[in-house]
Amino acid sequence: MKIILKQVNLLHPEQKLNEKNDLLIEDGVIKKIGGISEAEFKEAKVYEMNGKFCSPGFFDMHVHLREPGREDEETVETGCNAAAVGGFTGVACMPNTNPDIDSAEVVRFIKEKAAKHLVDVFPVAAATLARKGEAISPMLELHEAGAVGFSDDGVAIKSAGILRNVLEYSRMIDAPVIEHCEDESLAGGAMNESFTSTLLGLQGIPNVAEDLIVIRDIMMAEFTGGRVHIAHISSKNAVDLVRQAKKKGIKVTAEVAPHHFALTDDLLKTFDTNYKMNPPLRTREDVDAMIEGLKDGTIDCIASDHAPHSIEEKEMEFIYAPNGILGLETQIGLAISELVKKKHLTLDQLVEKFAINPRKILNLPVPAIKVGEMANFTIFDPEQIWTVDITKFKSKAKNAPYDKRLLTGKAVAVINKRKMFIDDKMIEI
Amino acid sequence: MSLSNRHLLGLSGVPKEDLQLILDTARTFREVLERPIKKVPTLQGKTVVNLFYEDSTRTRISFELAQKRLSADTINFSTSTSSVKKGETFKDTVRNIEAMKVDMIVVRHKSAGVPQYLTKISKANIINAGDGLHEHPTQGLLDMYSINERLGRLEGLKVCIVGDVAHSRVALSNIYGLKTMGAQVSVCGPSTMIPFGIEALGIKVYHKIEEALKENDVLNVIRIQLERDAGRRIPSLREYHNYFGVTTERIEKFNKDIVILHPGPINRGVELSSEVADGPYQVILDQVTNGVAVRMAVLYLLGTMHS
Repeated sequence: MKIILKQVNLLHPEQKLNEKNDLLIEDGVIKKIGGISEAEFKEAKVYEMNGKFCSPGFFDMHVHLREPGREDEETVETGCNAAAVGGFTGVACMPNTNPDIDSAEVVRFIKEKAAKHLVDVFPVAAATLARKGEAISPMLELHEAGAVGFSDDGVAIKSAGILRNVLEYSRMIDAPVIEHCEDESLAGGAMNESFTSTLLGLQGIPNVAEDLIVIRDIMMAEFTGGRVHIAHISSKNAVDLVRQAKKKGIKVTAEVAPHHFALTDDLLKTFDTNYKMNPPLRTREDVDAMIEGLKDGTIDCIASDHAPHSIEEKEMEFIYAPNGILGLETQIGLAISELVKKKHLTLDQLVEKFAINPRKILNLPVPAIKVGEMANFTIFDPEQIWTVDITKFKSKAKNAPYDKRLLTGKAVAVINKRKMFIDDKMIEI
Repeated sequence: MSLSNRHLLGLSGVPKEDLQLILDTARTFREVLERPIKKVPTLQGKTVVNLFYEDSTRTRISFELAQKRLSADTINFSTSTSSVKKGETFKDTVRNIEAMKVDMIVVRHKSAGVPQYLTKISKANIINAGDGLHEHPTQGLLDMYSINERLGRLEGLKVCIVGDVAHSRVALSNIYGLKTMGAQVSVCGPSTMIPFGIEALGIKVYHKIEEALKENDVLNVIRIQLERDAGRRIPSLREYHNYFGVTTERIEKFNKDIVILHPGPINRGVELSSEVADGPYQVILDQVTNGVAVRMAVLYLLGTMHS
């Protein structure tokens, strides 16, 4: 099948590509960029793009798909549907499933579940067995089965001793060790420790709980030569630590979740459990540091930490409610509204944070916009203004605090694996 | 005269007129408590549920007594296990209780924010009887009542809250209420027990009990709550008593006019010496009596509001 994306703004910062042109795709392969004949226009299905942007497909390197184990909250399929609507052609799913992703069997199970979907799914496997921080997982086997990174997800790797082994071992396959940075002895709170937590009478988690593990991990990365990726960075000092480490040439990268650059902890005054997550929403100062980190490249990418929870579980007394919110379907809108429209990031930088850098961190090829390449694109409209309606979410869960929020910027379509998702329909191309 | 809000979730943001109305109404009920027949028919036909998700004897008894003296029908629902463990969600429990046609819910819960949450899932008037480390508004009110009873005013007084302020629901309610009534509030305790950023509320912080005694009219001494891990924030009860304990010796040396409050239960020999706990400076048992009157006032004012 032939399709033409007419008058689309091709945007690929790595290729230094930024031009408006027509794009012909045949059987999922890029056939022509410009120079398309009348005959071809007649033959193909033409999509008028009127200057919308087409970039390498966006990739979310931190999502929870809940399968296996909690299929009532999300499945690989529903999570992938949410990813497609949100503008993502690939995701990396975290290992806190039941059973954990700590055996090749579970990696293969997930890959198999996603095989036919437009969205590529790459599991992040547990760094230690059952994420207990005691024995390292079979990383070589997991990697061979398709795992692209290792993490004890939900907690930091328990001790520097085990972390050392994980980092040294993972060096053989150059896979990143993805860390949830939180010192266990300072953990356990229900929100950020701040003046607001004092006013709300909720136990806080101080920034330093994050900073301590970030500095430990940076030092261990330097010591072992292994690669550390800081998941959902949220604290101002942590950003600074990563900045200094990068200057020294230590192999450390970082991601930030949209809620950590878009929301602050004073929203918890409503006691709405959709504002409860870990790391918690922090202060304005931290939010500003996230934006600064994104601008200067300290923070490599944006990842949603998409965490579906059932209504029954989330609608609960505040301290008992689980941590986490959905993110896949709103993050492009949040990033464009909060970062691009406020002139913190250019569209080129946005594409780097969403499409290029996450793949580089995970050693995955970055889709090219070149004749002969498989089409793996996100088409987005940075000007579209829309209202979030959680009842329309593709995700099985509804735990997001963004309902009725007005956002600017939306994915129009995604293309990958000879499939195109557009106008709420999945079509073969 | 009526209150501006149909719930009592905390003392934060409650206007001065409302606080004054509750305190004035409590005075009337305080007189009722001195009569041979201590019962009035004010809330006859109203049903109040005491929903206690956390162990509490004193507060629950005080509320129950207040309800009975107002002739309301009262039901107690107490459980110390969380709804999670019990299998039924909090929301379902509340909906079930509400289906039995209740007018008011008095709630105590380990989690801050539960009274606010209740207002979203129930139509009853909600009274917060303590939520997490957040607020305990009727305790704040009875403390204010007791101070006023002893000193004849609140405005311009200096009140210091002593103890584990960071892990107290009494402290914030006192701070909000007293400040609204024109008192100056400070806190005193070891630095591990002072909440983050409390100075931003205009609160002076003392680490020396002698200074707190010297510079204040009232000390509201709160419990060292060993059940809340207080042991991790101080080296020992002995050291706490030696450096922060209120003793007759200290009172006589630094401020003989001081008024001592304590919400109970007292750890004798820790935050208060036994001598102080039974001595002339304290109003501890008055607080208990006043607690019933204040709770009667709150129940009455909310229970007779026209919504």
